[in-house]
Amino acid sequence: MEGEKGGIVQPAAPGVLLTTLDEALDWARRGSFWPMTFGLACCAIEMMSAGGPHFDLDRYGAGAFRPSPRQADLMIVAGTVTFKMAPVIRRLYEQVPDPKWVIAMGACACRGGPYYHHGYHVVKGVDRVIPVDVYLPGCPPRPEALLDAIMALQAKVDRMKTFSAGKAGEGGKEA
Amino acid sequence: MAMEFPVIAKLLEGRFPQAVKGAVTDKGDPWIEVSPGGIVEVLAFLKEEGGLEFDLLLMVTGVDRPDGEGGGEIEVVYHLASTTQGGELVLKVRLPREKPLCPTVTGVHPGALWHERETYDMLGVEFTGHPDLRRILCPEDWVGHPLRKDYEYPEEYGGISAK
Repeated sequence: MEGEKGGIVQPAAPGVLLTTLDEALDWARRGSFWPMTFGLACCAIEMMSAGGPHFDLDRYGAGAFRPSPRQADLMIVAGTVTFKMAPVIRRLYEQVPDPKWVIAMGACACRGGPYYHHGYHVVKGVDRVIPVDVYLPGCPPRPEALLDAIMALQAKVDRMKTFSAGKAGEGGKEA
Repeated sequence: MAMEFPVIAKLLEGRFPQAVKGAVTDKGDPWIEVSPGGIVEVLAFLKEEGGLEFDLLLMVTGVDRPDGEGGGEIEVVYHLASTTQGGELVLKVRLPREKPLCPTVTGVHPGALWHERETYDMLGVEFTGHPDLRRILCPEDWVGHPLRKDYEYPEEYGGISAK
């Protein structure tokens, strides 16, 4: 519903704004990510830092970390995904209600990171277990980088256009 | 005041002529080699004996030596410390690589329970008499012991490619 998109119209009647349902949904969704409280390794320290007052993830509406997947819609996979953890991650992802998004935070979650060659126990990228929306490299990425990933995800959610894309009822995932 | 290593080594060799195989002092930090059958009584003695009181088992770990004696060996390493006397002590037990059997020391140091589970998980050392000898780091259906030098990396686990 940003002015530049021209998706909002103010008719003559005072106190009334008109827009499309798609615009309103995307606006609401991108402005209120509820991430799951879920850290696997050192990247989680940076994620916590991003949630703290200095970096203030709440500025993006994404600071409401939920202790249950059932209340969350954003999964920030912050850390090394081991084979032992993979089925747990899969189950947590499936417990998140649609629409839902995933950020693979850090080199490990993106591609196995420093364990790529000699880590017998590491899944070489969390995208082998669950679908990923935004890949955020770094070892670990600084909190600013996580904010950048959140903004990239916001841009993606802004393009969802659930109804005009004919995706209503299909989990709201972008085509 | 903690006893010096040569004094401890001499004391143990005199007390346990069968179990203690000797001290090694020319390879960096010194250690005392103990036979598998004697490790429990030696640790119990070190724990109780006045002036020694090695009452804290810092860690149990292992080393795979495929080029060791008789077709390869696995060393189990015990790091001890005394909270009253100060000082640390390292003991080693050498086991045949084909069938590494070692008595558990959980009866003397209950804290060894998870350490022995890890040594079992990583190197395949069977601790006889251990109350709960399961894998501790790898999933329970994992194949092989990853810290063995000839360990082969898995192709896949749980339907997820590892390549």
